[in-house]
Amino acid sequence: MNKKEIDIDSLKEKARQFRREILETVAEAGSGHPGGSLSCVEILISLYYCKMRHKPDNPSWPIRDRFIMSKGHASPALYVTLANCGYFPKEELKSFRKLGSRLQGHVHTGVPGVELSTGSLGQGLSVANGIALGAKIRKVNFNIYCLLGDGEIQEGQVWEAAMTAGHHKLDNLCAILDCNKVQENGPVAEIKNEEPIADKWRDFGWHVMRVDGHNFQQLISALDEFDTVKGKPTFIIADTVKGKGVSFMEGKAKWHGKAPNKEELALALAELEEGGKL
Amino acid sequence: MIQLKATRDAFGETLVELGRKNRKIVVLSGDLEDSTRAEYFKKEFPERFFNLGIAEQDILGTAVGLSLDGLIPFACSFAVFLTNRAYDILRISICYNRRNVKIIGSHAGITVGPDGATAQCLEDFAVTRVLPNIIVISPVDAIETRKATEAMADICGPVYMRLGREPFPIITKDSDLFTVGKANTMREGKDLTIIATGLMVSESLKAADVLSEEGIEARVINIHTIKPIDQESIIEAAKETGAIVTAEEHQINGGLGSAVAEVLVKNTPAPLEMVAVNDTFGESGDPEGLLKKYHLKDVDIVDAGRKVVKRK
Repeated sequence: MNKKEIDIDSLKEKARQFRREILETVAEAGSGHPGGSLSCVEILISLYYCKMRHKPDNPSWPIRDRFIMSKGHASPALYVTLANCGYFPKEELKSFRKLGSRLQGHVHTGVPGVELSTGSLGQGLSVANGIALGAKIRKVNFNIYCLLGDGEIQEGQVWEAAMTAGHHKLDNLCAILDCNKVQENGPVAEIKNEEPIADKWRDFGWHVMRVDGHNFQQLISALDEFDTVKGKPTFIIADTVKGKGVSFMEGKAKWHGKAPNKEELALALAELEEGGKL
Repeated sequence: MIQLKATRDAFGETLVELGRKNRKIVVLSGDLEDSTRAEYFKKEFPERFFNLGIAEQDILGTAVGLSLDGLIPFACSFAVFLTNRAYDILRISICYNRRNVKIIGSHAGITVGPDGATAQCLEDFAVTRVLPNIIVISPVDAIETRKATEAMADICGPVYMRLGREPFPIITKDSDLFTVGKANTMREGKDLTIIATGLMVSESLKAADVLSEEGIEARVINIHTIKPIDQESIIEAAKETGAIVTAEEHQINGGLGSAVAEVLVKNTPAPLEMVAVNDTFGESGDPEGLLKKYHLKDVDIVDAGRKVVKRK
């Protein structure tokens, strides 16, 4: 995909559209994870529409940038993004989580554009490391992006991987934390406080930035900075709001893994139509 | 005089040879390359070798990433850590994703000895063979290990191979055919069949000699592939000899004995006795002493043979 002039207003409109489609997809399925999908919309749009080199008509293009969705429950956000990019027909979103569908409940390689099936938390970063290491061995230039959830980094494997990436100076790797502050049963800070997150990753040898994860300018400029970092992997903490864009879902743990009913969907879509909130 | 050689030694040597032939082979280690013999590869191909430290989950995950762009990673550590500690990574990142990753678990079985129960992997067959998409191999000796290592490099998909620490008797020949998923008959017999894997095959051959003196002729099958299990050989053995003994350096539940039992009850029920570790953890000790104490010797197989024949 060619790098385009970035039109922030059109990106914002895209984010509103994606949020509507995420909610429609989850509502149609009758189950799924809206909270952590709504929080990472701007991150995915920044990557897929502004940063990553990729070809939706050729998902195995050898020098494509790779994206690993480690927080595999945010499948609605990734599937909506991939469908809009043209990896598969948008109509197929209606089959999400249904018997016989490619669109499995958690991110699945059966879907064009998906590199790795995930869903058991904490496993994506090691795999991203392996791709990054492999690219260095083969002397091929592309970037690897990996999206983690802040609840997810409670998994020990994440820290094994953090140490590996730092030690091996994987500067072709950028991990992004969808730091939405809420996990399934409440606030991350109350369940198991992770702060100071930036210091932890810095201590593991990463170049760390912290941005407003709903602000396109900040996200894109952090991703641009990643391109210039040498000798270290990059970690972008994207401060986000769980359930972003729907007032009754924002910051609420109960919307981690619950589909809206008909009335709730209508309310949410109406809010997103107004558009002023973003 | 039977020669002895550790399967891990044969693995290490073969891996270097494969590395010379195939530049796609990369090796990951959990800081045990001295023990797993992956260090032979490290010496010759340092640029394709990574000691990722004591982090087995990360090792299996990293192997998956390496495989995504066509490299062939061999992840090497102790069997107990790769199959037990890192199990969910084996399940999801490797098997669910059908990745071309080779998992080499050395120091399996009770014969790892003095290190004691924490290092003695007695569960690997059980936990690996329930996973879809994986092949599980347990070579009988150094010669077979060489063939298995070469074969797995040519297979596209997850393969787990169990290796031992101690020197095992060499009981196969270079010219013997090795086909993944196809058991080899080591001795013919009409009264019962002993289906064994790894070190227990040589114990079974000794047991067959003893049984023969008593007038009981035992067939001995070396089943080097635990999954997919060679159903045909098992069914044939049950039909032709009418009684089965299994022998493995593994827990009695879920391993080779269970796999054979599944085939028998579904196809041609026959009396079955299992020689295995009887639902208990091991302990420190010398390998021979442990084999005796945990009833994994030729005499135990003889006892099982006598018993199973009476049940016919």
